[in-house]
Amino acid sequence: MNNSVILCQQADLIPNSGICVQVQGEQIALFYLPQENPQVYAIGNWDPIGKANVLSRGIVGDLNTRLVVASPLYKQHFDLVNGECLEDADFCVPIYAVAIVADQVLLTQ
Amino acid sequence: MINVVVIGNGMVGHHYVEQLAAAEVEAHITVIGGEPRPAYDRVHLSEFFSGRTAKDLALTTREHYAEIGVDAYFGDPVISIDRDEKKVRTESGREFTYEKLVLATGSYPFVPPVKGNDHKPCVVYRTIDDLGNIQAQAKEAKVGVVVGGGLLGLEAANAVQNLGLETHVVEFAPGLMGVQLDAGGSAMLRRKIEAIGVYVHTSKATEVIEESENGAGRLLMKFADGGSLPTDMIVFSAGIRPFDQLARDCGLKVGERGGIDIDYHCRTSDSDIFAIGECALFGGRIYGLVAPGYRMAEAAVSQLGDDPIAFHGADMSTKLKLLGVDVGSIGDAHGKAEGSVAYTFSDERIEVYKRLIVSADGKKLLGAVLVGDCSDYDTLLQYFLNDIDLPANPESLVLPYSVGEAPSLGAAALPASATICSCHNVSKGDIVASLDAGSCSLADVKSETKAASGCGGCAALLKSIVDHEMAARGLEVNTSICEHFAYTRQELFHLIKVGCIKSFDVLLEKHGSGRGCDICKPAAGSILASLWNDYVLKEKHVGLQDTNDTFLANMQKNGTYSVVPRIAGGEVTPDKLIVLGQVAKKYNLYTKITGGQRIDLFGARVQHLPAIWRELVDAGFETGHAYGKALRTVKSCVGSTWCRYGVQDSMAMAIYVENRYKGLRSPHKFKSAVSGCTRECAEAQSKDFGIIATENGWNLFVGGNGGMKPRHADLFATDLDDETLIKYIDRFLMFYVRTADRLQRTSVWMDNLEGGLDYLRAVVIEDSLGIARELEEQMNSIAGSYQCEWKTTIEDPERLKRFTEFVNTDAEDDHVVFVQERQQPRPATEDERLQLLAIEV
Ligand SMILES: Cc1cc2nc3c(=O)[nH]c(=O)nc-3n(C[C@H](O)[C@H](O)[C@H](O)COP(=O)(O)OP(=O)(O)OC[C@H]3O[C@@H](n4cnc5c(N)ncnc54)[C@H](O)[C@@H]3O)c2cc1C
Repeated sequence: MNNSVILCQQADLIPNSGICVQVQGEQIALFYLPQENPQVYAIGNWDPIGKANVLSRGIVGDLNTRLVVASPLYKQHFDLVNGECLEDADFCVPIYAVAIVADQVLLTQ
Repeated sequence: MINVVVIGNGMVGHHYVEQLAAAEVEAHITVIGGEPRPAYDRVHLSEFFSGRTAKDLALTTREHYAEIGVDAYFGDPVISIDRDEKKVRTESGREFTYEKLVLATGSYPFVPPVKGNDHKPCVVYRTIDDLGNIQAQAKEAKVGVVVGGGLLGLEAANAVQNLGLETHVVEFAPGLMGVQLDAGGSAMLRRKIEAIGVYVHTSKATEVIEESENGAGRLLMKFADGGSLPTDMIVFSAGIRPFDQLARDCGLKVGERGGIDIDYHCRTSDSDIFAIGECALFGGRIYGLVAPGYRMAEAAVSQLGDDPIAFHGADMSTKLKLLGVDVGSIGDAHGKAEGSVAYTFSDERIEVYKRLIVSADGKKLLGAVLVGDCSDYDTLLQYFLNDIDLPANPESLVLPYSVGEAPSLGAAALPASATICSCHNVSKGDIVASLDAGSCSLADVKSETKAASGCGGCAALLKSIVDHEMAARGLEVNTSICEHFAYTRQELFHLIKVGCIKSFDVLLEKHGSGRGCDICKPAAGSILASLWNDYVLKEKHVGLQDTNDTFLANMQKNGTYSVVPRIAGGEVTPDKLIVLGQVAKKYNLYTKITGGQRIDLFGARVQHLPAIWRELVDAGFETGHAYGKALRTVKSCVGSTWCRYGVQDSMAMAIYVENRYKGLRSPHKFKSAVSGCTRECAEAQSKDFGIIATENGWNLFVGGNGGMKPRHADLFATDLDDETLIKYIDRFLMFYVRTADRLQRTSVWMDNLEGGLDYLRAVVIEDSLGIARELEEQMNSIAGSYQCEWKTTIEDPERLKRFTEFVNTDAEDDHVVFVQERQQPRPATEDERLQLLAIEV
């Protein structure tokens, strides 16, 4: 993992909820679900429908066994694993590969 | 474009205007009303004395008529019709020409030609102006007599009793309500209304009314049988006479005993002139009820279009509550049909009387009389109207259950043509159509078809039809809150309470499946908060909250938040006002005064919220809960402290109420208001619960709301003292919190309760479920454990960690950009933002 980037400390994560980091001008929403495997998920913070940087502040859960976050603006759901919008397949958010290594959250590319 | 002139703007004239305005026909409508105000609900006139105002009774407004392009003139009666010139002329000399003329002049109270009937304390009861007269006369009176023991007489007696007078009813005939009831029913009615303190005098012909000399009352009524009765005022309510003078004067055909003759197209003897409502005579009779008048209006409107419908007379069955007594009359109540047979049930102990009139062969219902218990009315009416075959033992339809289970007339047995709601003429077919078109709850059907929103008499029947139809479509309405819980919000509430569950994880493990979602999590969070009132940002609750609850602020479209401190009752000191201004300036916030009498500050970045609130809390502000499903505001007027008209201290009450219920988590947001007098400046009747001061205390209204589907609140209880008022509100709110569905406002919740407002009264006032104490205690404990969430938050460094845009840098979200407008910031549009960025680069 030589070209990975440290995003934040594991302690910064909030269980069953989201936070946001900014890396090179890009906003990444990080969700920490301690009971899942893997435990961290990362998608873009930009809500392409609501047009604001808010996804890290949505409620997480599952719909039809897909892990999702609901946009706090207009409540569309985005898949935490592949970034798809469940309500409108025309919309998709970027996903990022992340991992917890030695109490740190890393972007693994 | 047809030029239509309508004379009279009563209930029926107004219905005609509405129908015509909505019809395909191109028409220019002119309305000329004799009364000084637009049409109002005469049927509910007596509610004026139990708290309703002229505004509440209004069916329309001048503005509404203007909006739909109707020219309307009020307080200027028509005095002549020139049929040759096709012109009408009003008292003030206005002239209007017409192509089609509609007479909807209604009727006036019949005052028996008794000597002395013109003394000043002799009044009539038909219009809002009459109400003023009655009130004025009642001021100096202790005793009031109503002349007339029919429907209108007993309505008037209700009004007189509500004014606090010793009430007498004097009737010429041997029984009360002789038109609708047989002798047995009439006797039971008499027994019941005497029991509530109304004196009834039947077979009394008044000969003369004299001013009394001995001071026992202002007037003395002398009867033909030698008796007499002293009284302070007399209300004549002994029947109606059609307003047909205009028609007589211009030579239209009128009936021998009055009424403008019409055919089944509602045309008079002049084919360009229609007559509808209580001034019209059809088949030799005047229809003194509003529903037949509406049918005439609809028939008359249809004559102007391509698809004329006919008026064939109307059913005069009625169900009423008179002086608190349920009275029902269907069809041939007197059993006049040849060979008819009757079944009678009478129980003097519980004061219930029921009578069925059945055809000679026992197969069809011809009529019925119900006094004291109208629960069978809907079923009987359906048998009657739809000619449905009676069961082999028709008596089982009215006998008490102990004798034999009454075969209930299932919703399935009714034909599509069956009229369910006669006030709004809604058939079973209309209800089915509404469900077909996508309605999926009782409340949907109600607002879609208007069924059960008139007198409300058909509510139970409507519910059973809706239930039946939904089940029949396999549309077993899925009431599960979401895919994770097969329960309604109410059921979840019970599970959490009974199981003493304190966290979402436990709830999910015990009663749900999967991981939860943005529907069930906040719902559970709200229930946990209303039951245990735990601080909402405790770690175990954090993931349950909407962003608004998480950051204790409302997210706006660009991802920033609004800040809304509580300003209880809208009262704020100059010092606090200055602080608000300073904070807004310092953090560059947009400032606006809201409809709820407080001040919203917009455009705060999440990382600034704690600092903003620290300054506000230091100045003595608390959170306003604008972000939560909770009490918003209690709006108020200044009340008796400042206002010349105020009768109670509405300001103090509003502040008390707001402080008592602040922070209570509920299925949806809720609002309240307190007005210091009946002028109602605080608009309490548009709130979930509204309080209006009276001379004697407070009137409580419930179930109102503004928003997309505005609804006036219903009068719930009158003249309460402070303590009882708060007790009732405690119970009302807690019952709502316990039993309402997620995101259900109080109005919809109430409409969906079986039994509606009456049921709610029984629970809250009479404690019919025996839970009143528990509800009060729960409310006390929540009020006692209140904490300002912002105060708790800013004192806890752990919590404050959340209030940041990025955990790894202090940078700010560069997508949030403001521009200035009217000297305040507002979010930049996408174009503006790109332009600004371009300049900066
Ligand atoms: C206290 C009370 C209780 C009632 N309860 C019930 C009930 O429970 N159920 C029920 O079905 N019905 C009830 N009714 C009867 C119901 O109100 C009437 O059937 C209904 O109002 C008739 O409507 P309308 O438009 O024909 O007449 P109205 O409502 O009387 O309207 C006629 C209007 O025309 C105006 N007018 C008359 N002459 C002229 C003129 N020359 N120029 C201009 N304007 C003129 C009058 O001023 C009046 O405003 C009740 C009535 C009263 C008074």
